[in-house]
Amino acid sequence: MSHFLDRLNYFSQPREAFSDGHGVTTGEDRAWEDAYRDRWAHDKTVRSTHGVNCTGSCSWKIYVKGGIVTWETQQTDYPRTRWDMPNHEPRGCSRGASYSWYLYSANRVKYPLVRGRLLKSWRAARVALQPVEAWASIVENDDKRREYQQVRGLGGFVRSSWDEVNEMVAAANVYTIKKHGPDRIIGFSPIPAMSMVSYAAGSRYLSLIGGVCMSFYDWYCDLPPASPQIWGEQTDVPESADWYNSSFIIAWGSNVPQTRTPDAHFFTEVRYKGTKTVAVTPDYSEVAKLSDIWLHPKQGTDAAVAMAMGHVILKEFYFPDGGGERSAYFDDYVRRYTDMPMLVMLKKHTLPGGEVITVPDRYLRASDLDGSMGQVNNPEWKTLAVDQAGEVVLPNGAIGFRWGPEGRADQGKWNLEAKEAHHGEEVKLKLSLLEGEDPDTETARVGFPYFGGIVTEHFSNNVQKNAADDVLVRTVPVRRLMLGKAGEAVEALVATVFDLQVANYGVARGLKGELAAKNFDDDTPYTPAWQERITGTPRDQVITVARQFAENAHKTQGKSMVIIGAAMNHWYHSDMNYRGVINMLMMCGCIGKSGGGWAHYVGQEKLRPQTGWTALAFALDWIRPPRQMNSTSFYYAHTDQWRYEKLGMEEIVSPLADKKLYGGSMIDYNVRAERMGWLPSAPQLQTNPLQVVRDAQAAGVDPKDHAVSALKSGALKMSCTDPDHPSNWPRNLFVWRSNLLGSSGKGHEYFLKHLLGTSNGVQGKDMGKEEARPKEVVWHEKAPEGKLDLLVTLDFRMSTTCLYSDIVLPTATWYEKNDLNTSDMHPFIHPLSTAVDPAWQSKSDWDIYKGFAKKFSEVCVGHLGVERELVLTPLMHDSPSELAQPFEVKDWKRGECELIPGKTAPNMAVVERDYPNVYKRFTALGPLMGKVGNGGKGIAWNTQTEVKQLGELSGLVTAEGATRGMPKIETDIDAAEVVLMLAPETNGHVAVKAWQALGKQTGRDHTHLAVHREDEKIRFRDIQAQPRKIISSPTWSGIESETVSYNAGYTNVHEMIPWRTLTGRQQFYMDHPWMVAFGEGFTSYRPPVNLRTTAGIQGTKPNGNPEIALNFITPHQKWGIHSTYTDNLLLLTLSRGGPCVWMSEDDARSVGIVDNDWIELFNINGAIAARAVVSQRVNPGMVMMYHAQEKIVNTPGSEITGQRGGIHNSVTRAVLKPTHMIGGYAQFSYGFNYYGTIGTNRDEFVVVRKMNKVDWLDTPVSGQPAAAAHA
Amino acid sequence: MNAFDTLLFGYYPYVCMTVFFLGSLLRFDRDQYTWKSDSSQLLRAGTLRWGSNLFHIGVLFLFFGHFTGLLTPHFVYEHFVSAPDKQMGAMIGGGIFGTLGFIGLTMLLHRRLTDPRIRATSRSSDILILVLLWLQLVLGLVTIPLSAQHLDGSLMMNLAEWAQHIVTFRSGATEQLAGAGWIFKTHLFLGMTLFLVFPFTRLVHIWSGFATLTYLIRPYQLVRSRRLNLPVAHNLPRHSDAGV
Repeated sequence: MSHFLDRLNYFSQPREAFSDGHGVTTGEDRAWEDAYRDRWAHDKTVRSTHGVNCTGSCSWKIYVKGGIVTWETQQTDYPRTRWDMPNHEPRGCSRGASYSWYLYSANRVKYPLVRGRLLKSWRAARVALQPVEAWASIVENDDKRREYQQVRGLGGFVRSSWDEVNEMVAAANVYTIKKHGPDRIIGFSPIPAMSMVSYAAGSRYLSLIGGVCMSFYDWYCDLPPASPQIWGEQTDVPESADWYNSSFIIAWGSNVPQTRTPDAHFFTEVRYKGTKTVAVTPDYSEVAKLSDIWLHPKQGTDAAVAMAMGHVILKEFYFPDGGGERSAYFDDYVRRYTDMPMLVMLKKHTLPGGEVITVPDRYLRASDLDGSMGQVNNPEWKTLAVDQAGEVVLPNGAIGFRWGPEGRADQGKWNLEAKEAHHGEEVKLKLSLLEGEDPDTETARVGFPYFGGIVTEHFSNNVQKNAADDVLVRTVPVRRLMLGKAGEAVEALVATVFDLQVANYGVARGLKGELAAKNFDDDTPYTPAWQERITGTPRDQVITVARQFAENAHKTQGKSMVIIGAAMNHWYHSDMNYRGVINMLMMCGCIGKSGGGWAHYVGQEKLRPQTGWTALAFALDWIRPPRQMNSTSFYYAHTDQWRYEKLGMEEIVSPLADKKLYGGSMIDYNVRAERMGWLPSAPQLQTNPLQVVRDAQAAGVDPKDHAVSALKSGALKMSCTDPDHPSNWPRNLFVWRSNLLGSSGKGHEYFLKHLLGTSNGVQGKDMGKEEARPKEVVWHEKAPEGKLDLLVTLDFRMSTTCLYSDIVLPTATWYEKNDLNTSDMHPFIHPLSTAVDPAWQSKSDWDIYKGFAKKFSEVCVGHLGVERELVLTPLMHDSPSELAQPFEVKDWKRGECELIPGKTAPNMAVVERDYPNVYKRFTALGPLMGKVGNGGKGIAWNTQTEVKQLGELSGLVTAEGATRGMPKIETDIDAAEVVLMLAPETNGHVAVKAWQALGKQTGRDHTHLAVHREDEKIRFRDIQAQPRKIISSPTWSGIESETVSYNAGYTNVHEMIPWRTLTGRQQFYMDHPWMVAFGEGFTSYRPPVNLRTTAGIQGTKPNGNPEIALNFITPHQKWGIHSTYTDNLLLLTLSRGGPCVWMSEDDARSVGIVDNDWIELFNINGAIAARAVVSQRVNPGMVMMYHAQEKIVNTPGSEITGQRGGIHNSVTRAVLKPTHMIGGYAQFSYGFNYYGTIGTNRDEFVVVRKMNKVDWLDTPVSGQPAAAAHA
Repeated sequence: MNAFDTLLFGYYPYVCMTVFFLGSLLRFDRDQYTWKSDSSQLLRAGTLRWGSNLFHIGVLFLFFGHFTGLLTPHFVYEHFVSAPDKQMGAMIGGGIFGTLGFIGLTMLLHRRLTDPRIRATSRSSDILILVLLWLQLVLGLVTIPLSAQHLDGSLMMNLAEWAQHIVTFRSGATEQLAGAGWIFKTHLFLGMTLFLVFPFTRLVHIWSGFATLTYLIRPYQLVRSRRLNLPVAHNLPRHSDAGV
């Protein structure tokens, strides 16, 4: 009753002594406990999740109390996994658990904000003018435009209203479409799998008005091009539970406990079964402590380790000494599932010394033989092998079988059955021409390019015995064939990929006069002894790991796995790192085997219901095709990073290539690729595409024909040939769900200078016309500054990108909206749910873009009506266009061939846009889903039933107008239901239809994979009740099953579905002319490239402290990555409270730096100010700056630039690789986020030194904007 | 004596004591989670260690000194200690411990006002209490030289009389102070004011401080049970007929 009265009752309280009176039990009041009970009491819990770019897709309980989100805890109600597997729970990390802090933090964007100077101009103009005219009056006046551009990033926001910002955005979009063209409106948003509806909101709006959606996976450098090169797959990986099925795991550059926290338990659990784990990381990372062996090669040299391991595997398991047996499992696997038996033509090559050797050229094709092996359909795209009898045969499965008219003779032969396609008999291919002692077999001296001898300033260990020796000559069994029509036949040498591969690795196999390594201690490429000098890894360790890895795979039929991380992929020559590792997996038969394979969990996040989602996201229900662009090439061109390019193509071309043919500058290659339809373009044409169609109509010709002839005559130019021309500038940029300028923007300072036109820290001067040598691109004496008229960012927190934007819009947080979320780490689909309504004036992304659409439809009247325009699309992967030029590369511009859209140039389509009905179209499911159907990955199916069911589920539009009677997509939940209804992964009927469609191509029945779940339909409320396991679909190469975990390549191996490559098999060899020319036909070791970013600045701006040049490495960070940002106060409190950079004790000592000193990192790209973390964890020679550390918390000014310290990308600049631009060639074909140039950044060096003066730049910016910008 | 003195030294003490007791009682009953010393040691140890210890040593002595000195009836000790001796003892003891307390308190006050972390987390009552105590200590120390001018102990006896009149509800308390100067009166007034603000500040921890004496006699382990205070029937076996 009363605490005080209770005290007065002291002596009458019951009490019991225990333990001889040492303790007493009393009956005292316990009401005080209620305080703790109330503390943890709540009104409701809601299922949602969070993640910046997290693959976790963890299920969280969001607690709401009094209308406020109070905290979150992990859900523990996943559907059970298999009886023999540990369960998934608990999923979620402490970074994610800190998320609710953001909702009510000071960082929250609460109201629509506009840059003050812009708003002032706008309001003044709006007094007399209509919206579009008002916008025109601002951006057509250079003073007014520069006035607000120059203060981007320097504060000065004022509060506006939704009505006002919607009108500004709509007016800017309408003006831009009318004046420059819709493809000048750009939208950047990453990782749709994280919140699919939010992504789709913006991309649907952009696709309806003709804007461009930008890729992210390649730009983030998370896309491993090796994956599409080898498998024709973007990235497909085992779920984390499959680690538990493995018995040998290498974590190679992947810091599992730190970056895959919710999954790491499988890694530790499987060790209790006896699984061996190996860590390969240059630093002592967290994963090293979970591993039995830690290898730490010098950063950037991993490919050398992988090559040496491959050497050991080939030697010990394929050609064991002393006449031992070859592994029968490996032999059978590579024979059936890889290109090893395929025949490659050899051509003559004269070495500088005059010796004539042969070098691998392209795969032999059916069309090379007289009669084309009886093939009418695509004989140029069908590869050949030799059977046991020594006859040249045509195995099923090459890509030529995949495409062609319905009812063709070779239909249904696109499969991996061991059959000869010509006569349909069983066939066993020869791996090596030596098999069965073929009497015709002879050997040849074959040359392979060798890059391991390239010595650069910072990678000086790459010396070989004969430094001039950049060609490895090896002995290879070959065979002579007669090619060409009877009568004109010419003799040609061919070899199998297997024989070439063995020679490339330098493995001795007992040939006469063989040129190969004598043993593992022979210091010749690619032996364990050879790698020891380059990587510093002891040869014994490499031999041990390789031997055990292979032995395990041999005994378990492929249960060896490599978990691989972005650390390996961010190098310029990432392909070599990855191919070296994947080669090991393929040679050991691990791909497509449960518990085995390649596990790359980097930034992709499997968008499981992809085919349902693309329809919604790119408005395929209304207009096809959408505009999509590869971001790396786009930003490289439009932030003018190409003007500063110091890496010459002659530095990376193969010593065997004709250097005259492969000179020029990097951007020239990109222009050629766009022109030939290999890569997409944005903007596309220098002329407004609306005008192109109008001109054609005026001339009375078909717009496509008009465009073809005008392009040939030069009357019509592609934008890529002159990115600095004002007609080709991107004008409006939307950024949502992203922190482009605080995180992913490689060459950050170039973005600021050229795209935004504001204060920046660029140190270098551009190269000037003479040195830059662009042949295909127009050079402007002065590069433009401030290309963008308008930068709009949607975010819930004041990110660095927001600070540089013109309009900042408050968006709903992850606990304030309804959305969908999936992952590659587990097979469940998961919701985001509105635990509370969006706080302050924020709105969900769906509602924000709906608002733009509504205002756009009003404002455009009088400016835009129903318009027709020309859309260019590249030769797309998984479409018939991927069979474009089978042999040589021919460029129409150089007169080497005709300009044929879809063959030698981009596809062209005329589309109709109903601008006044954009809002109506946005909110209804359009007619194309019913008329044309749906599909993806090269298969299509009818979807009328689903459209009808959606109308009944969500309701039909009843308002008069263009969309009456169509299914409504009014709310974010309606949008989610569209995705779930249309996707095979969430609708069993669709899954069965999709498998049937694939069966038509493969000639096999795959429906058994889905038929048992045919009646299942997963709806939004289902996943709110509990995450649901998705249904197997041909979009993915693994299956959801009660017997195996999801594993990539599983259906290729077990369902005989070909990989989407030229040969239909996993490819060790890449025969495209550019791949061969750049020395990547076969895998090798290529040292990091020299970007020359410290030369010319080191020692020129002294502050009295010693300087050291170190490799700049940007790994994932412990206190932020994936599930939160670096301005999160809770996590800043746990770490250093601001930007920090790790360095080794040795390097720090050499330049007088001690822990927690303020240091500066700089090069010609810019500068960073941060605190030093001096640690034994780091090896000398590199610094590590955890990426995505922004400049908004605790960042002082740089002594070098005078600007605020910079983000991690302030010292980087994007560099492109021509091999990533290849298109129209089977698996080398563009796909959005699928293939294309990647934004590498690991080869960068920075100068590091202690700072003298820490200037917080906390005085007001004085004077005029111009003064501020040039200060 | 004027009405003002009567108000201050005749009535005000009762106001203060009422608020002190009732306020403490109510706060103890209604708001247990605010019943604490609000230590800032977590935010900054530094000078706290010396300041707090010096202050507490000093102030505890002064408290017990005043308590016994003012409230012990004269007849209890007059046979052992004469009034002048008592005064001399009070002056020496109070002087030493007052100085210790003064040093400690000055450190604490300085820390509270100048350390940005402490300042930012201080309530105004925290600062008020320190200022009040500091002034009170200064006044107390100033009385020592004044007392040294008349070592007969008479004034001290008058002050004790006043206090004993107050706590025994006798009339004529105010008259005892006729000879006290303004410094003594201010000291008395501030002393009473400390009791007045006591329930609204961190001073409530003094109660608990005294309660810690029970630690000397309590068992090692105390367990609060739900079972023990329930009606008897609740503790009977549920199914007494089970098995029958």
